Amino acid sequence: MSFIELTNIDAGYEKGKPILKDFHVSVEQGELVSLLGPSGCGKTTTLRTIAGFIMAEKGKVVIGGRDYSNVPPNKRNIGLVFQNYALFPHLSVYDNVAYGLRRRKVAKELIPEKIANVLKLVSLTGYEKRLPSELSGGQRQRVALARSIVIEPDLLLLDEPLSNLDAKLRDEMRAELSRLQHQLGITMIYVTHDQVEALSLSSRIIVMNEGNIEQMGTPEDIYERPATPFVANFVGFDNSLTGTVRAVQKHRVTVEVNGSSFVSTRVTQVAGGLSPGDQVALFFRPDDTSLTDEAGENTIAGEILYVNYQGNTSSYALKVDQESIRAVMPGRPMSGDTREIRMRIDPEKLIIERV
Amino acid sequence: MKNSKILIAIMALMFVFLIGPFVVIIISSFSNDAVMRFPPRGFSLQWYEKVLNIQMFQTTFWMSLKTGLAATFTALLLGVPVAYTNVRFRYPGKNVLELFFSSPAIVPGLVIGFSLLRFFIYVTQVPILLGLYLGHTAILFPYTVRVVSASLRNFDPGIEEAAVSLGSTPLHAFFAVVLPNIRSGLVAAFILAFITSFNNVPVSLFLTGPGVATLPIQMLIYMEYYFDPTISALSSILIVLTVIIVQAAEKLLGISKYM
Repeated sequence: MSFIELTNIDAGYEKGKPILKDFHVSVEQGELVSLLGPSGCGKTTTLRTIAGFIMAEKGKVVIGGRDYSNVPPNKRNIGLVFQNYALFPHLSVYDNVAYGLRRRKVAKELIPEKIANVLKLVSLTGYEKRLPSELSGGQRQRVALARSIVIEPDLLLLDEPLSNLDAKLRDEMRAELSRLQHQLGITMIYVTHDQVEALSLSSRIIVMNEGNIEQMGTPEDIYERPATPFVANFVGFDNSLTGTVRAVQKHRVTVEVNGSSFVSTRVTQVAGGLSPGDQVALFFRPDDTSLTDEAGENTIAGEILYVNYQGNTSSYALKVDQESIRAVMPGRPMSGDTREIRMRIDPEKLIIERV
Repeated sequence: MKNSKILIAIMALMFVFLIGPFVVIIISSFSNDAVMRFPPRGFSLQWYEKVLNIQMFQTTFWMSLKTGLAATFTALLLGVPVAYTNVRFRYPGKNVLELFFSSPAIVPGLVIGFSLLRFFIYVTQVPILLGLYLGHTAILFPYTVRVVSASLRNFDPGIEEAAVSLGSTPLHAFFAVVLPNIRSGLVAAFILAFITSFNNVPVSLFLTGPGVATLPIQMLIYMEYYFDPTISALSSILIVLTVIIVQAAEKLLGISKYM
């Protein structure tokens, strides 16, 4: 049995209108699992169900072998970190961090030491007397982290903890979170809509859409071998063409797109079960394309609609087989007035999904 | 540029329109005339002296103060949980109930006063003082609900959840985390409600009786018989007191954003 087990969960904000339906997920001890998906996909609902702020209408929440399904949130030893930090505005950093210890009736003489240790851990020694309003966003989130880990929770839930920070701080905090997780070995569930965050932090990613799990896997699985069109799109396979399967060999699928032949050697979970004649979608990333004059395998005719200069790269808007395609190529925009070109996609950069 | 000049002119006009009556009252209170006249022909402090010497004004001032404080406290005590429920929870019929809570602020005071008298005071035969207190509580309640609601809406519910996740019961979280942070809203609600009670005429008109009058009612009675600047002097005192209290609260707590 896993450390956290959600089984047969129906949960949502309104009774009778569950966002999660017959939902299952399990998380192992010490893992950092990301719930990744667009807003409204059910990731926050999942988090709140684990925290106990949403009581599931149906199903079981088991943490560490104990059934928590009917345990209120204040009795579940779970740390929470919010996007808006949710610090107590009227309390100093010290009192914010002490809050959970005092609620837990930790012996008075132990509190100062515990706080000193945790503030050192998040590099906030010396800030004890400050109020939250006197801290920067990054510092506030560190206080929130300290406040939730000082109670030694069974697990830590983080709800988009970095999305209110600017890009540079976000990178720093991400590294810090990663370090904390390794240092403390605490189980974390991390909700985010940012694939970079999920990819760089997680031991496992769960991609969600409309209350369902689309795919579960290592960051590499998700990024390299998306299992569904939704996941493919979400991790940057922004372009798609449709075609018909012509031949299936082991690790090699040939697809015809409007007279042009494409070979894909990247075998995903779905591509395994294909047979000739199936209608499929071909997904590829904008920066996995190249533009050329020469015809050949894995190329298709297209028209350049316009080009954007982006410094290191140039972005081309193309029309290929009636589809809008974006291609990103290194270097400056191609010179000349060529509008008719051929677009090439490497066999190993092309994934195929059944439609 | 031309447009902004017109706007400034309109602003100035509005300002004169709002402030004008106060200026007239304050200036006329220093008159030495026996009748209210503007501009006054001479200066004296006799009307202030008279205010302080009229026993009924003192008695009714204390009556207004006590009624106002008691009704405001009660309205706040009831208003805070109602505001909290309305801001934090969804329930069927919530919109109707919200409208209902704000109705005393929409329905004319005379109608409320008369209804309370006819259908509550007569029916239950409660003592006049108790009726006055309950009537004021009823008209203040919507104000406290609205102002407290406004300050609760500004307070991130995540902060309460953080407290709960750290081990507080929802009730403890409310007292330990929510209340200290809506302090300005509470003070704003208190001041607004108290001033509303203290100034109220239409409801008090019906709910006062033999031996029980509030200051505004006493002022009204006085004006029926005398037309000297005593009322101007009394009004000036009240204006200055109100300005001092509101200014102090604004400086200390920044209450204006909830009013």
